Amino acid sequence: MAFIDIKNLRKVYRGTGGHEVAALKRLDLDVDEGTFLGIMGQSGSGKSTLLSMLGGLCHPTEGVIHVDGIDLYALGTEKLADFRREYLGFVFQSFNLVPYLTALENVMLPLAVKSMPKAHKRSRAMEVLARVGLTDRGGHLPSQLSGGEQERVAIARALVNHPPLLLADEPTGSLDTATSAATMALLKDLNDQGQTIVMVTHNIENQAFFHRTLVLRDGLPFPAPEASPVLRRTSPGEGSPAHACANAD
Amino acid sequence: MNLPTIAWNNLQRRKSRMAFLVAGLLLGVATVVTLLSLTQSLTREAEHKLESYGANIVIAPKSDELSLSYGGITLGGLSLDVQEIREQDLARLERIPNHRNIAAVAPKVLGAVAVGNSRLMLMGIDPGPEFRVKGWWALDGRRPASDHELVAGRNAARKLGLDLGSTLPIQGEAFTVTGILRETGSQDDDLLIARLPVAQRLLRKEGEVSLVEVAALCGDCPVEDMVAQISEALPDAKVSAIQQVVKTRLHALDQFKAFSFGVAIVVLLVGAMVVFVTMMGSVNERTREIGILRALGFRRSHVTTLILMEAAGVSLLAGVLGYLSGMGATRLLLPWLAQGHPHLVWSPVLAGGSMLMAVLVGAAASFYPALHASRLDPTEALRAI
Repeated sequence: MAFIDIKNLRKVYRGTGGHEVAALKRLDLDVDEGTFLGIMGQSGSGKSTLLSMLGGLCHPTEGVIHVDGIDLYALGTEKLADFRREYLGFVFQSFNLVPYLTALENVMLPLAVKSMPKAHKRSRAMEVLARVGLTDRGGHLPSQLSGGEQERVAIARALVNHPPLLLADEPTGSLDTATSAATMALLKDLNDQGQTIVMVTHNIENQAFFHRTLVLRDGLPFPAPEASPVLRRTSPGEGSPAHACANAD
Repeated sequence: MNLPTIAWNNLQRRKSRMAFLVAGLLLGVATVVTLLSLTQSLTREAEHKLESYGANIVIAPKSDELSLSYGGITLGGLSLDVQEIREQDLARLERIPNHRNIAAVAPKVLGAVAVGNSRLMLMGIDPGPEFRVKGWWALDGRRPASDHELVAGRNAARKLGLDLGSTLPIQGEAFTVTGILRETGSQDDDLLIARLPVAQRLLRKEGEVSLVEVAALCGDCPVEDMVAQISEALPDAKVSAIQQVVKTRLHALDQFKAFSFGVAIVVLLVGAMVVFVTMMGSVNERTREIGILRALGFRRSHVTTLILMEAAGVSLLAGVLGYLSGMGATRLLLPWLAQGHPHLVWSPVLAGGSMLMAVLVGAAASFYPALHASRLDPTEALRAI
């Protein structure tokens, strides 16, 4: 079984008056461990719905999702919360940092319900903040950080529990070009270290960082636009990834 | 970083809202504390006063005779011919375990004497304790200060034509009337009242007393215990508690206590409503934050615990401040409500109880908001994923 194994996934939203909207019509997907998967598509194509179901936040109407062999929606509500805490790291589109906690405290938030010495929690949070290059910004509130810094704090928070799977919803959506590039470079770096990442994005340029791209249209997979050879990144296990910028030169 | 840290940070962030919550609950706690401590202090003052100025235990000789009443009190088996109580035995009362609860011991000897063509009841008393247990006695003139002075009841004075300074012969001895009792409406109006030693001599009951009235302070010692201890000290006497008197006198205070509890419950309910509304508002404001926590892997029970922790912390603060405010209010009100010099009772039970009550009320009122918060749909709350 692949690291992420999705079979016959379907999601229908029922509105008032019996009106139904099929956000995801049918999806089968296998993702190997260590893959950087990009999910692309127009608004309303079902990509955010897919990400939320993958994150254990939205029950599918039909189908099963296995992550690392665990049938997500066979778990009870509290066990699903435990799964999100131990197996997943979320990077939200609007960062979603808690405004009254410092950067360090935001990063430690997933550890708040773990039985762990306070010093250990702190050191682990400092470690991930160092990974994202924000060692000296831990004492600042989110309002005192730039957009790029907030994004990196959000990524650090997602990594603090060393989750096998990182889910990112438009992590560069609110950022300028330079900061977006820096964020993508950080994510690629994490992926090079073995982190499995599933990322939703509108930005076609981000495709260069993905091993695979899943394009959704009207709730169904759509053939992905063929990336130019210089932009195509090899899947994990295929050999050294071809970095777009190096090949272009 | 743990749940208490998150709770504390949130409280610090929402100071004005939490201050409103504290104020609402503080008012309820302060009202309860004020009413209860006022009741406690007033009851203690009333018990002390009532028991200091009225007998609640009667010591009479054991007798098989039918009861005879004196002053509206059923004595039970008193006969003028029965063997009297030895006066020297009364010293044993100083050695009973609760001797400090005895406010006054008023022995008296009773007997009939001939005055001219009339027969009247002569009562020999120890003026100090007797006037203490009979706080309602009002005197024109003064108490008898020597053996040949006496006080006459209103009816006795009228019958014998006595005025202040009149001389009255009793068994060949001349007595000066130093005082005339104002009308009491009881048997006391018919009495001639002299000092105990001379009455004992006139009645040929030297070293004996017919009846002893005892005023016992029963705030911390039930009157039944006092009766038992005195009975053990005086096995030849019949010791009775004037239950009816005790119960009647405290009935008014019991009614005030019941009223206080009723008002306290109403005020606490209002305080609980303030907590409920405030916490619901707080939860609704934090929908997104709760969604983040749930998305990050907080269980529903964690979210519930977090909200209840915040409520408990604020409620504890309200409990402490409410207790102090309530005691302050009691201190201000007591001189207006009490007579004499009432004593403010600082009770650790009331302190602990008021804080516990505040926490329980706050937690109970926050339970639904906490449950509501835990059931928020993370995706709905975030509206991002």
